[in-house]
Amino acid sequence: MNLELSEEHRLLQATVREFAAREIAPAAARLDREARYPAELIARAAALGLMGLMIPEQYGGAGMDGVANVIVQEELARASAGVQVIVSVNNSLVADPILRFGTEEQKRRYLPPLTEGRSLGCYCLTESSAGSDAMALETRAGLRGGEWVITGRKLFVTNGVEADLCIVYARSEDVPGARGLSAFLVEKSFPGIQVGKVEHKLGIRCSSTAEILLDDCRVPAENLLGRRGEGGKIALATLDGGRIGIAAQAIGLARAALEEATAYVSQRRLFGRALRDFQATQWALADMATRTDAARLLAYRAAWLRDRGERCTREAAVAKLIASETAMWATHRAVQLFGGYGYIQDYPLERYFRDAKITEIYEGTSEILRLVISRDVLGSKGTARP
Amino acid sequence: MAAGAGLSEVWVLVAHEGGAVRKITSELLGKARALAGGGRVVAVLLGAGVPDPARTLGRRGADEVILVDDARLAHYTTEGYAAALAHLAAEGPPALLLIGSTAQGRDLAPRLAARLGAAVVTDCQSLDVADGALVATRPMYTRKAIGTVRLGPGQMWIAVALPAVFPVPAETERTAEVRSAALPAEIRIRTRVVETRAIERETVPLTEAEVIVSGGRGLRGPENFPLLDALARALGAAVGSSRPPVDSGWVPHDYEIGQTGKTVSPQVYIACGISGAPQHLAGMSGSKFIVAINKDPNAPIFQLADLGVVGDLFEILPRLTEAVKRRKAVG
Amino acid sequence: MNIIVCLKQVPDTEAPIRIRPDGTGIDETGLNLVMNYYDEHATEAALRLREQFGGTVTAVAVGPERAREALRQALAMGADEAALLRDPQLDGADHLQVARALAAFITPRTPDVVICGKLSTDDNAAVVGPALAEVLDLPQATAIARLEVDPNRARATVHRELEGAVEVLEVPLPALFTVERSLNEPRYPSLPGIMKAKRKEIAVMDLAALGLSPEEVGSPGAVLERLTSPPGRTAGVQVNGAEPEAAVEAIITFLSERAKVL
Repeated sequence: MNLELSEEHRLLQATVREFAAREIAPAAARLDREARYPAELIARAAALGLMGLMIPEQYGGAGMDGVANVIVQEELARASAGVQVIVSVNNSLVADPILRFGTEEQKRRYLPPLTEGRSLGCYCLTESSAGSDAMALETRAGLRGGEWVITGRKLFVTNGVEADLCIVYARSEDVPGARGLSAFLVEKSFPGIQVGKVEHKLGIRCSSTAEILLDDCRVPAENLLGRRGEGGKIALATLDGGRIGIAAQAIGLARAALEEATAYVSQRRLFGRALRDFQATQWALADMATRTDAARLLAYRAAWLRDRGERCTREAAVAKLIASETAMWATHRAVQLFGGYGYIQDYPLERYFRDAKITEIYEGTSEILRLVISRDVLGSKGTARP
Repeated sequence: MAAGAGLSEVWVLVAHEGGAVRKITSELLGKARALAGGGRVVAVLLGAGVPDPARTLGRRGADEVILVDDARLAHYTTEGYAAALAHLAAEGPPALLLIGSTAQGRDLAPRLAARLGAAVVTDCQSLDVADGALVATRPMYTRKAIGTVRLGPGQMWIAVALPAVFPVPAETERTAEVRSAALPAEIRIRTRVVETRAIERETVPLTEAEVIVSGGRGLRGPENFPLLDALARALGAAVGSSRPPVDSGWVPHDYEIGQTGKTVSPQVYIACGISGAPQHLAGMSGSKFIVAINKDPNAPIFQLADLGVVGDLFEILPRLTEAVKRRKAVG
Repeated sequence: MNIIVCLKQVPDTEAPIRIRPDGTGIDETGLNLVMNYYDEHATEAALRLREQFGGTVTAVAVGPERAREALRQALAMGADEAALLRDPQLDGADHLQVARALAAFITPRTPDVVICGKLSTDDNAAVVGPALAEVLDLPQATAIARLEVDPNRARATVHRELEGAVEVLEVPLPALFTVERSLNEPRYPSLPGIMKAKRKEIAVMDLAALGLSPEEVGSPGAVLERLTSPPGRTAGVQVNGAEPEAAVEAIITFLSERAKVL
């Protein structure tokens, strides 16, 4: 067993940390306030290779592993969870399933633009009556004249406004549940797809969240991703990777809270003593550091398993569950340590706090994750993987 | 070399510009005299058509001036100066050569040391002789530590000293004897000085600036930042800000010092109209000295300031800039 | 164009340092070590010259095993080759000895340009660059803020920032330059660059491999005896209710006598 990051992982970490500190962090508060998509930052992220970091070089990616992805997403989220989620969705929910399930032709056509920042992707699964129960979705796809025709309404689509390429899950087979679903590569330029309502959110405000409306949207037959009826499998396999990305996002937020709080309590004086000298403060910092460490190692484990081609559904769920609850708890704790300064927008704490909440909701709520984990626990008589 | 009473001979390279001897030279002559005790202090003056400096240099402590007046030394060049000093040292090297830490001094000293096989130490803020060795202290790790460096006996020493650390000695009635020396006929100077143009100094990077002049909400608007620019130019300082001016778009993001901006530790931090929110203090409380100017006597910045001035920065800053300029002109 | 860039790995300037209790140096435990940031600018300058004129960029560092990471960064930024000069005799070497080791590596490679950072942020000495130029017998320009090489590659025109002035120098090539941060904006190593760098070998050379005898490297003429913390701040003085002129006078006195920057 070796828990040390490799030399290229450390170089990657230093590079992305500097990029995030210099380019993203200074803009983060403004992007949040204005809820504006950071097109220029995303272009710079793409130039660095961040938009397709696990995609092999022959498709324009960096060819890095999943552990590298966790490192990158944590560093980006440390600066801005909003910017990070834009990058993470492109990597984990769009480029990754194309790589895993796409035909050679699909990979050649779609991966280079996605990795080079010429195109942005989004993942269209959730519907108004199919959120946590995603496999009950009602968007329909049928073959008509050699083309797929898709009709339905997708909700809460991250990157929905800016994306050029949507992976749309729809019911193509007359079978209920996961087996009736297929995945489709739908370009925004195809006839019959448009952006619906754009949401106003509590956090991650510089990323867009929108409705995607499909009304007899015509999709060439060759844009079926994977096989017919394989959509449910693709959606779930994709979510394993996505959850690791969100775990990394939550870890970045928890670390942001910890680092800001550490700096603050070293400065702030109360009743003639530095805030850092109070045991209540020290214990809060210790707990924040402990939980963040635990979450990070669990995220590394999930990514490492996935890199080895092993099933990691339970481990990804464990990582996201602990990371997201840590992020929520740590940002909440840090706001409290800051007192009034934690509540006002002159300081980033309230932004971290708002951003953290979504990590407990998207790509599997904490409740769904507990369901996933408990099923595995019960199914395997409780024996955890070593 | 080092006798108990002092060093037998200490040379000081004279820094001059436009016919005037720079202040650092006087500081070094004072230090040279202290280290030499009864030994000889020699000022080495390199140039072309420089005015007779014997009186000035003598008054500050030189026993002798070695003057090399040669057209090839009209401009400073690394190779011209290195050749001249190496030539002089070949006739009898001093125990110690002191050079001021200027752009030219830093350019020259290491090269000369490598040529002469001398030991060199730069950025000295103290210099002493102990047990036959030269002992220097110097800031290291971006001023987060002070290093004590020992240059052992049996070799020539070259020390590059920081400006403004050694006091200018009181004037004496001494007049130095002037000895002219010639450069060898053949010296190689490969670089050519195309021109030297005076400029408004470009902004020094904040994280390495000696002096930082920083503004906060108290500046009231972007139109008042030129007050800081002017003071910074006069001081050779960098300009920074606390967070409100950045958030208000008065200055670019890279100005920001604080928890969400840069961490700085200059020799002096001059905080103008900055109240001293913890977010800001996190980035600058490592400064060696802090001067704060603020209207509010209860501003938290005053709790950290070595010198706190309660007053109107719009009245103080322009006068301060003029006073600094006068002061530098005299120096 | 054959370009050599000299690097050093140093503690991150943003991080606090801990001095060892015995004062012999700093405690590197948990310390974030990075490429000296002036050297990032040196690497950028080297890469830009290669982009303009073709050729190769070779990065070289003197240091312990961990200095590989700085070299790896240079490779990831785009350098073609890298070498680490490592020898027990170089532990505790002074700057002139480091310059001799670097020169032994550089001389057989007959460079057109050698580029160093203006100084390294650990010991702030700014000695290795000019000393190396002397050992290599190359003309030098230090702390340059601008660099242009003529199309024939015969000479460079550089700007040096002096106190309150800019000096424009013409330097025939081959030459050695040390660079100021304002020279350029270093690129980040790209992710594909990091992966390419991973596949490259970093040559490790000891003094024997450099063809240097222990006598040629010599013993250090300058030795760091100890490190101490800078003195703490004394209690503040407040000037209140003074006329502006008196306030200015107080500040001037403080700047010259206490802070010694005037």
